[in-house]
Amino acid sequence: MCLAIPVQITAIDEQQMATVTLGGVERHISLIMTPEAQVGDYVLVHTGYAIAVLDPDEAQASLEAFATLAAIQEELEPCADEIY
Amino acid sequence: MKFIDEFRDPALARKLVAQIHHDAARRAASHPIRLMEFCGGHTHAISRFGLRELLTPAVELRSGPGCPVCVTAAADLDRAIALADAPGVILATFGDMVRVPGSRRQTLQAAAARGADIRIVYSPLDALDIARQQPQREVVFLGVGFETTAPGIAAALLQAETEGTPNFSVLSLHKLTPPAMRAILEAGEVALEGIIGPGHVSAVIGSAAWEFLPREYAIPCAVAGFEPLDILSAIGALVQAVVAGEPAVVNTYARGVRAEGNPVAQQLLARVFEVGPADWRGFGAIANSGLTLRESFAHRDAARLFPVEVASTPEPPGCRCGDVLRGVIAPTGCALFRRVCSPRNPIGPCMVSAEGACAAYFQYERWNVETFERSNVSTGA
Repeated sequence: MCLAIPVQITAIDEQQMATVTLGGVERHISLIMTPEAQVGDYVLVHTGYAIAVLDPDEAQASLEAFATLAAIQEELEPCADEIY
Repeated sequence: MKFIDEFRDPALARKLVAQIHHDAARRAASHPIRLMEFCGGHTHAISRFGLRELLTPAVELRSGPGCPVCVTAAADLDRAIALADAPGVILATFGDMVRVPGSRRQTLQAAAARGADIRIVYSPLDALDIARQQPQREVVFLGVGFETTAPGIAAALLQAETEGTPNFSVLSLHKLTPPAMRAILEAGEVALEGIIGPGHVSAVIGSAAWEFLPREYAIPCAVAGFEPLDILSAIGALVQAVVAGEPAVVNTYARGVRAEGNPVAQQLLARVFEVGPADWRGFGAIANSGLTLRESFAHRDAARLFPVEVASTPEPPGCRCGDVLRGVIAPTGCALFRRVCSPRNPIGPCMVSAEGACAAYFQYERWNVETFERSNVSTGA
């Protein structure tokens, strides 16, 4: 029910409606809750409304944190084996 | 797809899983760290991506009440069905509501079969479109959903006001998530050590809305996205907080969730709705957990426009949906699960909705079910 999908905005009209492609189908979604959204931005769309503009810097930071953790984990692995 | 594929990297997922096992092993206690995923979307993802199996035995994941379809009280659904049967009414609803059983196993689908005009829509804006096209009919939107969904319904209602579409109203069964989380912790029926916070609810209300969990209940909360790496990093953060004994709110979905949430969506909610009690399936009434239309929108409130008397009826015999929704049991703990109750013949709503815990276990977790059934045989239970 709370499913929200990342979609990229390809156009915005004067009614704050954005054109996006959702599952291969072009749809119009409302940007009333994300007035800051620009063409090219990715938004989380839920029941026809964008509820958040996705932050690419935060996404990158998360992925880098995973990579760092994976590197640390690799160093720890021999110790982990001893514990098990 | 961008913002999805990179959060499904299997190699990174394996590292995160190894880290979780490593961290959990640092704790002296031998039992698994039991976490609750509030959101049905997380339950579905955990089952679908096989995360439960990967995390056994370090972490036990217990589903919560975060499936709006499942927690809709049978009496409220009876009200919606009665409304759909009213002359001149078109009932517009999200698709997953139509198969959910009310009392005496009635459904909207059955109402449609006997002639009620029920339209499945993707967006409340689609329902508003129907109202514009059919001015002689009353279009009632069945407002089911949490904080994620309710602002869109509020926006559609305000749009109907602004443009002067009189024949659009809402039956608001919207519910708020923090009071339900609180109800579970207050009841104390299930011991939980951490909460995976609902990502898209939090996009609206903000990750800061969960600060009461560490402050009042001393348990950590990690707000999570819905891809495997999102969920694993949230679980990793919770395990570390549990092992360190330092409960806090962590936002592991920072690309979509801000601490303060979405202020425009919050304003939409405040303009259209007021907070009141709501009936939750499995819980009963929870104070301050529901959204009803403000007096100034009484003319758009289907509950006032079409007053319907419904008798409260007991849940189907044997169905333990309520216990599943409160996290007291896993779906495998219900005697009807898989024996009587299946997606083709659902007894309770947790088996109907794609987000329901029973449906997720049934569809994806054969390994778990078989382990469970073997253990039953061997203990003679």
